Amino acid sequence: MHRSTLIQAREGLRKKQFSALELTEAVYQRIDAVEDKVKAFVHLTKESALEQARDADKKISAGVDAPLLGIPLALKDLICTKGTRTTCSSRYLDQFIAPYDATVTERLKAAGAVIIGKTNMDEFAMGSSNENSWHHPTFNPWALDRVPGGSSGGSAAAVGAHECIASLGSDTGGSIRQPASFCGVTGLKPTYGRVSRFGLVAFASSLDQIGPMTKTAEDAALLMNVIGGKDPLDSTSAENPLPDFSEALKGEVKGLKLGIPKEYFTSGIDPEVEQAVRGAIKTLESLGMETVEVSLPHTGYAVATYYILACAEASTNLSRYDGVRYGHRSEKSDNLLDMYLNTRSEGFGEEVKRRIILGTFVLSSGYYDAYYLKGQKTRTLIKQDFEDAYKKCDLIVAPTCPAPAFKLGEKLDDPLQMYLADIYTISANLAGIPALSIPCGFTADNLPIGLQLMGKHFDEATLLKVGHHFQQNTDFHRKFPAL
Amino acid sequence: MSEKFNIDHMAKLARLRLTDSEKARLGRQMETIIEYIDHLDQLDTSAVEPTSHAIPLENVFREDEKKQNFPDCDPLSLAPAQKNRHYEVPQII
Repeated sequence: MHRSTLIQAREGLRKKQFSALELTEAVYQRIDAVEDKVKAFVHLTKESALEQARDADKKISAGVDAPLLGIPLALKDLICTKGTRTTCSSRYLDQFIAPYDATVTERLKAAGAVIIGKTNMDEFAMGSSNENSWHHPTFNPWALDRVPGGSSGGSAAAVGAHECIASLGSDTGGSIRQPASFCGVTGLKPTYGRVSRFGLVAFASSLDQIGPMTKTAEDAALLMNVIGGKDPLDSTSAENPLPDFSEALKGEVKGLKLGIPKEYFTSGIDPEVEQAVRGAIKTLESLGMETVEVSLPHTGYAVATYYILACAEASTNLSRYDGVRYGHRSEKSDNLLDMYLNTRSEGFGEEVKRRIILGTFVLSSGYYDAYYLKGQKTRTLIKQDFEDAYKKCDLIVAPTCPAPAFKLGEKLDDPLQMYLADIYTISANLAGIPALSIPCGFTADNLPIGLQLMGKHFDEATLLKVGHHFQQNTDFHRKFPAL
Repeated sequence: MSEKFNIDHMAKLARLRLTDSEKARLGRQMETIIEYIDHLDQLDTSAVEPTSHAIPLENVFREDEKKQNFPDCDPLSLAPAQKNRHYEVPQII
């Protein structure tokens, strides 16, 4: 039962093959069986989940229909859930109980979802491996000596290990797509503004976006129908009308033009990744799509641009953690300044400090123009690259990551190498465009490989449709890790 | 590069207290990172407009009405220390 996709689980519940309570219990049994190895969760909310499942069963019996009625889902631990801990995998917020639900949480609950727990992440979503979690690392279900990716590593591992039916993550520079690729699951970063950020703990506000992490593109479409759309509580959420993404999957893919960016197939790419992605492009061609070479000439400047802008925004966003209103406060302070210094130094881990320091530097007097303003200008160039490319194609197809999941500890002492692992995912955040990662192969060591589809602003529907057609004709997304 | 980056000054601005070993390690890593981001200098951006948001946004206005947004929540209950319905902090000066 725990292996069901969201669509299958919904069918099973509707046809009364099993109850929401049985499904939820099956998911917790799976968690009991594998969680010691994977460690995808930071806390489970079993009691309230079973209650939500019983409630869903009552509603199903009464003939109520809601898109996610009785479906067990997991949320990344930076999405506020009223009355339960939302820690951001940080010591600073370890005991923080959110006083309200994030808009996405509210929408999931209104759609009948059962929230089974909160998943591990890199502290404040800063990292690509989940090794920056204050709680513990998470392990890749396909190879337990490897990282699940990050920062939504817990959400990806939980779906990959079938410890939930689907989950939500957040993506600032690849934090949904890179772990989705590493764990063999489907992950969508929506267009900036498509999903409300109200109740999402902020990292870099001009880049952050919440999105679904699922077993199929079809499941992601259903979740997008629930979580997407304008929210009066987030002034950056977009007014654009929300299409029915599930309905859009049925559309035609023949004749779509796929742009292949030459800058994404350079010497840095792992040969097995390149082979799998080229194979996937052939599959898409066999479904009637055409390919055209495109150029994104400023790709090589994306990582530098991103680390300037994301760290600048992080350093200002995280200045709110001062020990006064909520979260951690150092016990050993004689005066207010001391309290700020001790609280922040005790509350934040090393990667968070590193990014706050870098962000402070690029915004500091004398360096603002040379770094922050420069970064905003190179962001314009990167955005224009995509606008130019989309004159020739409907969507862009590329690898999600240059290499498969790396080993724990491998990049921990070299932050720059860790940052460079995000080279293919970062541009989509800078340009604000949607991007989807779907499984497209395995290495000889049986590590999943991800294919990335990048779309035009607010055109998630085309990405999900192409992803769905690809998954109808391949079975990479149907493989299960041995565990 | 080391002339422009001063770890003590940055830590002070960021309100972080770093140990000597953290300063040494972060200082060294910052040198590598800043050297890397300096390659943006290769691009002539003198005629390029900056982008702060990828999607054009308009200001959102609403009537300034008193509302009880979080009826079940007492924000003060989240505070590490409070006194007489106020946040309590250590001595300021």
